[in-house]
Amino acid sequence: MQDLYRRYGKGLTWAFIGLTFFWLAVLVILPDFTLFESSFRPYLPISEVGGPKDTYSINNYLRIFGGEVAMNIFGLDVMISPRVKVFLYTIWYSGMVTFVTFLIAYPLSYYLAKVVSPKSLPTLFLLLFVPLWVSEVLRSFAWWIILAFKGPLNGVLMALGVIEKEIRWIDGYSPVIVGLVYTYVLFMLFPLYNAMQSLDSNQIEAADDLGAPWWRIHWRVILPHAKPGIASGAVMVFMLSAGSLLVPAVLGSTTSGWFTQTIQGIMLEEQDWNSGAAFAFMLLIVCTLVVSLAMWIFRVKLSDIAK
Amino acid sequence: MHRNRNFLFHLYMGAFLLYMLVPLLVMGGAAFNASKLPTIYPWKGWTDEWFIAMWADNRIWIAFRNTLLVALAVAAIAVPVGTAGAILVNSIGGRVRGMLYGLMVAPILVPGVVIGISTLLFWNQFGVGSGLHLSVLGQVSYIASFVMLLVLARLQSFDQGLEEAALDLGASHGQVMRRILLPHLYPAIGAGAAISFFQSIENFNVTLFTRGGADTLTVYVFSKVRSGITPTINALAFLLIMVTLLLAIVYEVRRRRIATIEAAREAEARRAEES
Repeated sequence: MQDLYRRYGKGLTWAFIGLTFFWLAVLVILPDFTLFESSFRPYLPISEVGGPKDTYSINNYLRIFGGEVAMNIFGLDVMISPRVKVFLYTIWYSGMVTFVTFLIAYPLSYYLAKVVSPKSLPTLFLLLFVPLWVSEVLRSFAWWIILAFKGPLNGVLMALGVIEKEIRWIDGYSPVIVGLVYTYVLFMLFPLYNAMQSLDSNQIEAADDLGAPWWRIHWRVILPHAKPGIASGAVMVFMLSAGSLLVPAVLGSTTSGWFTQTIQGIMLEEQDWNSGAAFAFMLLIVCTLVVSLAMWIFRVKLSDIAK
Repeated sequence: MHRNRNFLFHLYMGAFLLYMLVPLLVMGGAAFNASKLPTIYPWKGWTDEWFIAMWADNRIWIAFRNTLLVALAVAAIAVPVGTAGAILVNSIGGRVRGMLYGLMVAPILVPGVVIGISTLLFWNQFGVGSGLHLSVLGQVSYIASFVMLLVLARLQSFDQGLEEAALDLGASHGQVMRRILLPHLYPAIGAGAAISFFQSIENFNVTLFTRGGADTLTVYVFSKVRSGITPTINALAFLLIMVTLLLAIVYEVRRRRIATIEAAREAEARRAEES
């Protein structure tokens, strides 16, 4: 700090501190605190805000319970509230999306880091970047077209004789998962590639020379080395999926609810900002837990994830 | 056996590229189909009416203008803020550094929905209503983190001895900043500005909750996709994909030309050495 003062003088040092303060306090900490605080207050007409009815309670959080629907959890039929069901499904399917993107991206990042000739690498990356530059809403829309009832996928499958009648693809959670995997697989691929690329190829060859079969080389040499990349990719994909609103809204149907859609409904349709804050806070808690869990499982620091 | 395995890998890579690009082709292709619904199958004949309809759609242009304004504002705020944060965090050590760094990185990992709602609630206390200005502030809160990470990485290769020398030779603090530190950081700042701009264009979640009644392109496209779907959106998508492709091709051609020039230079140098 004194160092900064000596180098850039009083004015600039205070400018740095001021800008950082503006960012962290005014844009990040205070709004999140407001979110936390207002999530415990009731939703009242403006004239009654600050009045006798404006007391703290956890009623907004309790709104997640209410009503009952059947849900099957690992073979057990239980009755839970529809919002809890959506909440659990969101976490479960985000985890599934994370796992599927890992399965797709792992061989690919290995290929990009160790197999392909370095000469064609820039071209390949450029091609991979193209979908990333096309916005998320359009990418979901593309799958909406493909999966439509009278759309190209059904058309091709019927022409090939694989199916006899059109299949209703946009139903339940599968189209949402397809869309999320398509949209976020690159966020798994790039961190994985970064991690693998720093592995010395000699280590792989040494293991190969010493007679290790290919799966053991992956299990004992490459996978451990790629751990920070896996953590980073997994956290990114999970957060993006659980927090996604576009993909479930475009590709979902009445049989697939996503927790962000619940929040959107409360905020924009019911206009109950206090309950919205409570639900948003729940989403934030889940995401914080997931990041902590990933950091603990993979034994990495926040700075490794944020690379 | 190795060759066999490599063949499978190439095949997989090719399949993945197809998986990434075919949906975009399908979407772009639907812009030319005379069908009332956006699809490429069944094909009902070639048309350009969706492009004309898009051109005539006033709301698209307003949304487009809003998007650009928001993105410029976000870049204009996020770049100085993120740079200042990086310089600050780089100059301190110990536990405070870890904490500050954690605080600066955390917004990347916060869901956009949460950022949007908290920004809305916070400013609403002071009577600042929703609108695109709040979208800008909400987006800056996490986009500044990207700028910070880029600048911080660049600062690692900075030689502070240069600043010492300049100060010893009588440079003012402002000169040290302007002539020594900033020029070293320019690549990172440029990349940060570009990332801020494109992240802002892409943003949906923060914007949706803070925008009030104003449209940005993403929000407008979303509302179109949700409600009455017409292929005008495909026309727009086609144009966007074309712009992206064009930029990508220009970039690739330039890269190849530079690579060729460098290879030629190296060959020249080798020949000069030999003779």
